[in-house]
Amino acid sequence: MIRKISPRTINDDFRRKVKEISGQDIQQCFQCGTCSASCPMGRMLDLLPRKLMSLLQFGQSDAIAAANTAWVCASCHTCMVRCPRGIDITKVMEAIRQLTLRQNINRINPSEIPAEEVNDMPQIAMVSGFRKLTS
Amino acid sequence: MSIAYYPGCTLKTKGKNLEKSALAAMEVLGIDVEELPRWNCCGAVYSLADDDLIHVVAPVRDLVRVAERGQDTVITLCSMCYNTLARANDLMKNDEEKRKTINDFMDEEPDYSGEVRVVHLLDYLRDEYGWDKLKEKLKSPLNGMKVAPYYGCTLLRPKEVALDHPDRPVLMHEFLETLGADVVDFPNAMECCGSYQVLGNPDAAVEVSHEILSGAAEKGAEALALTCPLCDFNLGKRQDIILEKYEGASEVPIYYFTQLLAVALGVAPEECHFELNRDSAAQLLKDKNIISAVPA
Repeated sequence: MIRKISPRTINDDFRRKVKEISGQDIQQCFQCGTCSASCPMGRMLDLLPRKLMSLLQFGQSDAIAAANTAWVCASCHTCMVRCPRGIDITKVMEAIRQLTLRQNINRINPSEIPAEEVNDMPQIAMVSGFRKLTS
Repeated sequence: MSIAYYPGCTLKTKGKNLEKSALAAMEVLGIDVEELPRWNCCGAVYSLADDDLIHVVAPVRDLVRVAERGQDTVITLCSMCYNTLARANDLMKNDEEKRKTINDFMDEEPDYSGEVRVVHLLDYLRDEYGWDKLKEKLKSPLNGMKVAPYYGCTLLRPKEVALDHPDRPVLMHEFLETLGADVVDFPNAMECCGSYQVLGNPDAAVEVSHEILSGAAEKGAEALALTCPLCDFNLGKRQDIILEKYEGASEVPIYYFTQLLAVALGVAPEECHFELNRDSAAQLLKDKNIISAVPA
């Protein structure tokens, strides 16, 4: 897909906030694609991490917000340990999630989880799931 | 001096089979651990947002509890607890500015700067107890049992807290080899089971878990050994969903590494709480003559 990049379409505020929350220099990414090749969730993603990083470098917040990528990420840290540029992409995904969650928008609704699943689930599943997917 | 033991929430309920088997095994080995009299949830996942320090407070409080008892080491069994405590400790040790902020915030607690050492039972066995000494204590080695070691994510990543090389680990291989098992190497041993996505994207978690189980089965594994109650949930408890969904998927018994350790040390199977595993777990041990009977 061709995207028009111009000062009007670059959301610099979004890009700055992602950098601030993640503490990562996203411009360091040189698009090698190691992260995309390593991601265990790759097939399930609308945007693979390499592409997401590219869009982020150009402040394309709409495309990133529309993608499921940060919400399917399980914070497994595989991309992070393999990134040749030393970027902690896991933290970039966290920052993207946080920018939504901090507007009091939940990705999942805890009250909709069936009671029998709650009974079966280990606490660490719920604590980590709520930390990552609810505000 | 005894080593402080941090159980974490899940080990007191859904993961009793992890805790009980570990405590029984450590008793046989003479590893003197004492549960912290006061502890709180570690938060399960380490805070990945640079401006979010509040979620580091919970694991740091646990570390303060250890330090105030004059103990220098805390041992963990759950790999998510290990990761969260170890990363919080790493931050307190190495980030001066954030350490000060957290210490100032917890003004009722003594200052903490990462003095406690956070270990997992696996690296404790490797580095301090030693495989040779462990081998001498075995009563029912896992002879003839083909077990695949499954590391998952949090024992190996990020590098700062990794118990072994993040991409080429041997720790669990060595552990299982010491117990006498035929270790089955498989390519998915370090891949994620989907973790907390069992809440957000359960289908995705089922798919990646299926790949892990089928990857192990294709290499000839009869069982999988793991350390994390969330991996156990995705790969073990929810295996029925995988078996139903994927044609050709086969039953794979799942064990906590401590259950295999305990039975190999001659601990009674009842103490390992196999009733919390898949039924196939105790059955395979019985079939291999490692335990004499499946506990009622």
